[in-house]
Amino acid sequence: MRLIMVGGDKTVYFLARQFISRDYHVTIINRDLARSKELAEQTGATVVFGEGSDIRRLEEAGARRANVVMALTSHDQDNLITCQIAQKIFGVPRTMALVNDPENEMVFEKLGISVVFSATKVIASLIEQQADFEEIQMLMPLANGRINVTDVRLDADAPAIGKSLAELELSRGALIACIIRDDKVVVPHGDTRLLFNDHLILISQPDNQTEDLMRLCGLQT
Amino acid sequence: MAESYYIVIVGCGRLGGMLANRLSATGNQLVVIDRREAAFDKLSTEFSGFRIVGDASELDILRQANTAKADYLFAITTQDNVNLMVAQIARKIFDVPKVVARVYDPARETIYREFGIDTISPTKLSAEAFLGQVQTNKRGTV
Repeated sequence: MRLIMVGGDKTVYFLARQFISRDYHVTIINRDLARSKELAEQTGATVVFGEGSDIRRLEEAGARRANVVMALTSHDQDNLITCQIAQKIFGVPRTMALVNDPENEMVFEKLGISVVFSATKVIASLIEQQADFEEIQMLMPLANGRINVTDVRLDADAPAIGKSLAELELSRGALIACIIRDDKVVVPHGDTRLLFNDHLILISQPDNQTEDLMRLCGLQT
Repeated sequence: MAESYYIVIVGCGRLGGMLANRLSATGNQLVVIDRREAAFDKLSTEFSGFRIVGDASELDILRQANTAKADYLFAITTQDNVNLMVAQIARKIFDVPKVVARVYDPARETIYREFGIDTISPTKLSAEAFLGQVQTNKRGTV
């Protein structure tokens, strides 16, 4: 796997280290000379100094043979143009762009970028969920945020305690995939009753999530 | 100009200001967008269009400018990538019939022209003008 990353913040640094440890071939394009040197020393990646949307820099970075180009700068316009040039000039099969303005997610998709992710949106939804329910930990968003996997702990006053799954009446899109009870994994059935301190691994859709969490944990103060 | 057009100009630098003043003077409806309010200094006292302070790469700013109604959009900020992004949004999302972007980098200009975005490269235009001078001064010895 050969990938090119454009940008230079911590995200790029940690991603580069992670990919290199999996034996991917990583090249970084960075527009700050001092930061470029730092990244080269700290990650062991090849670093090209310059603009990621510059055709010559992409060429130097090996765009012709790259499998993936990830544009991760804080400027949406640069991320867009980088991905478009990588795709159209160098035929890079997969281009990923970070969008800072959440509204640009739709724009980038319309303009042909293969994967668009909005950090603002992901962080905002994480914070909202954390703030609403202390016992709830978001494990991961799947399918572009259309499905969430959450870890829900049942407090002493949770309304779900003592009820069976069938009695809970969760929304149709929600599923309690498993229960972690005293460090053991229980695969639940409709008649499994929930107990205090159970950790439920809940798979749900954001639309009904608040309702489902209310049924499990009750009102928060 | 017999007809009046609705024209959005993104970037009120020297060129943007000049275009806005002239197009406004000939009876068109103008909206000028710039990130800095001070940039509007270049607009003449006769300028009768609207001014919007904001970053045109934000969809919301283009909406405020009522871009969907525009007959023309000119993207002439100092940043090639902003111009190219705004031009594509105007064309593909707001369906503006005629969109032109200024692109300094000649290589990028050629590519986007191939993708169907109208572009003008000042670098290329100046180079051609200078080269034209060299040839005329050869007094027909070419």
